[in-house]
Amino acid sequence: MTTSLGTERAPRPVRTAASRRPWWLIALAVLVSVSTVRVLTEAHEIDSPGSLRAAIIATCPILLAALGGLWSERSGVVNIGLEGQMLLGTWGAAYFTYWYGPYVGLLGAIAFGVLGGIIHGIATVTFGVDHIVSGVALNTIALGLTTFLAEAYFSDLNSEFGRGGAQQLTGLEKPGVITIPGISEWANDLAAQHYFIISDIASVIAALTTRVSVVTILTFLLVVVTALVLWRTRFGLRLRSCGENPQAAESLGVNVIFHKYAAVLVSGGLAGLGGGYLALVSSPGFHVNQTNGRGYIGLAAMIFGNWRPGGALMGAGMFGYTDSLRLRDPSTIHALLLLVGFWLVVIAAWMIWRSKKTTSGLVLGAFGVGFLLWYFTTETVPADFTSMTPYVATLLVLAFASQRLRMPKADGQIYRKGSAG
Amino acid sequence: MSPIVRRIAQSVLAPLIAVVAAMIITSFVVAIAGSSISDFWSVMFTAPDGRDWVNIINQTSMIFLAGLAAAIGFRMNLFNIGVEGQYTLASYAAALVAGYAFFPGKLNVLVAIAVAVVVGAAWAGIAGVLKVTRGVSEVISTIMLNAIAITIVGYLLSNHGEQYGQGRRTEPIPESSMFEGFFLFGDKNGAVWTLAIIAVLAGVGFSVLINRTRFGFDLRATGMNEDAAVASGVKVKRMVVIAMLLSGAVAGLIWMPALFGDAHYYGPPFQAGLGFTGIAVALLGRNRPFGIALGAALFAWLSIQANPLTLVADISPSVVQITQGVVVLAVVIAYEVVRRRSVAAEQRALRAALDQQSAEKKEATA
Repeated sequence: MTTSLGTERAPRPVRTAASRRPWWLIALAVLVSVSTVRVLTEAHEIDSPGSLRAAIIATCPILLAALGGLWSERSGVVNIGLEGQMLLGTWGAAYFTYWYGPYVGLLGAIAFGVLGGIIHGIATVTFGVDHIVSGVALNTIALGLTTFLAEAYFSDLNSEFGRGGAQQLTGLEKPGVITIPGISEWANDLAAQHYFIISDIASVIAALTTRVSVVTILTFLLVVVTALVLWRTRFGLRLRSCGENPQAAESLGVNVIFHKYAAVLVSGGLAGLGGGYLALVSSPGFHVNQTNGRGYIGLAAMIFGNWRPGGALMGAGMFGYTDSLRLRDPSTIHALLLLVGFWLVVIAAWMIWRSKKTTSGLVLGAFGVGFLLWYFTTETVPADFTSMTPYVATLLVLAFASQRLRMPKADGQIYRKGSAG
Repeated sequence: MSPIVRRIAQSVLAPLIAVVAAMIITSFVVAIAGSSISDFWSVMFTAPDGRDWVNIINQTSMIFLAGLAAAIGFRMNLFNIGVEGQYTLASYAAALVAGYAFFPGKLNVLVAIAVAVVVGAAWAGIAGVLKVTRGVSEVISTIMLNAIAITIVGYLLSNHGEQYGQGRRTEPIPESSMFEGFFLFGDKNGAVWTLAIIAVLAGVGFSVLINRTRFGFDLRATGMNEDAAVASGVKVKRMVVIAMLLSGAVAGLIWMPALFGDAHYYGPPFQAGLGFTGIAVALLGRNRPFGIALGAALFAWLSIQANPLTLVADISPSVVQITQGVVVLAVVIAYEVVRRRSVAAEQRALRAALDQQSAEKKEATA
């Protein structure tokens, strides 16, 4: 079976001018454009503290899944079972939170995710089963198992710690939230003034200082930890070498099997924590099939982010933001058409002018003009289309930027000990 | 072991191990939940009555088509995860067209099926074209296309469908386009859908196409060794697009037997998830029509037999989903183990033969 995910080979080993482009300049441009669109359309909800908070909450589970995918794929194991591992995490979180409180609940989520990782590891690393086959099977098993266990264990629960049912367990205690007094009120007030630029920055500060879940903080810390461990330690270097060329790694004395297992277990744990986040932070409790495809989205976010932690963060952020838009009023989403159209035209112009990619640029430009026309000819956007955005965006990004992506070279390949000869 | 015996053992042993492993693990899960294992298996192995047989046959036909759709891609290493989206979109389109009844009677059925085939193929084709022109992996693109298809159908149904009970549906098809079906188990036990015959035809067609045509040979060759296929003149990019189109076309057929035999419109009781079941069944049947048919029958048996579980044994029917997943995982592991063992045995036999040969040579020179 084919296991190449995302892209076909496109070697770009050296850092090019693209990666040296001053990121703060781009960030500033985004800020100015967002603020301009907000002031012009008076759709202040596009970056109000409430919107950003919702976006962060929607981002975290996807981000955790993406990090999970990153660990696994950096060691050369494609993990399409993230969805199943997240599902196991939702159940683990609900069960352990009900009986032992939210922090043990988070550990339970991680433990159940790791369990999914063990299954995936045994199948792919020990038995050399195709990675996607194993992942698909794992997702089926996890959905069946969590549905079954929910009915068996949650149906009769009913107390101050939670109200159970055959398909859900709600009213669970949540992990703590942190508000930084002073800064929070000040930033919220400033954001409510709707000043150009200033209020946008205040919005970000307000969202980061008001009722932030400790799990959210943990999630963002894990991005940093992942980056440090995988790129700044000996263990990380060895792990990544297993994903690039396991035979070479083996000939240098690296225990490939051990590193692959470690990566897949960490991957499962992160995905499980993502499931726990869904059950404990994002929503008021557990329900059956709660992940609803977020594991796949996490995988897409990681590919979007070129198998790198920072990129995965950006990808997850995009998905999280569009995911959270479902709760906003239609005029906000309508205003976003203007923003998206504007940026597509800008990027298209850049492609034609600087990169000399005329065809891609023209196609992208056509999309951009299409978005602008859509903005100027309509008043609202159907809610269904909003929920479709992340998927269409992923397709577009892969179609237009997949040549720039580089996945680990031995990703998805089946390795057997001693195959180096 | 003679080679023939070994081959038979190889193809029978692995699924057998897998089914036993799945039974053990499922029993274990049932026991964890505090339910009775013997109750569970006695429900699962109760002889089906006439109505159950009809349901099992009908389900088998749809699952078989789904497995076939997935298998076409798998045979050339194309992972079409998007069967789910393709058949959802195709089913909606076909039900819509059939509901409008532009043509009289059974001609309407033909047109609707043609629409389903074209829509399914087109939706899968997007992934194929993206793969060959932009290098986008079909795994990710079909996952995205699944979500998009399901959203589009939801949008169209809620904005253009007619109100029906709690939900919305497409216009029901005219009576002249319905099929009564075959009452194999008595008149009161329901009918086996007439169009279940599509599954048989598609199975035969698949078999002929893969095993008896140049295209099928190229397809298999590409799947086994792409470099060798390219060297022998196979245009891989063209093959990818055609294989995706074919896979999507078959995916479009999945729900047709149900539409004209039973459902008569696209709406809430629409059976989702067949696409993913199909993937599992294709893997179980090693992408061979006969194997897929057996796998489809097994899955249909499990899901129909599980229905009375809640009532009789107080066990959630979702437990069979675990069985299904474990069967798939166990069967691929078992195949791999059996394959490794037979490769090792072959190597040993070769080694022994070579040793003997060199010993004879030594004797001759001595």
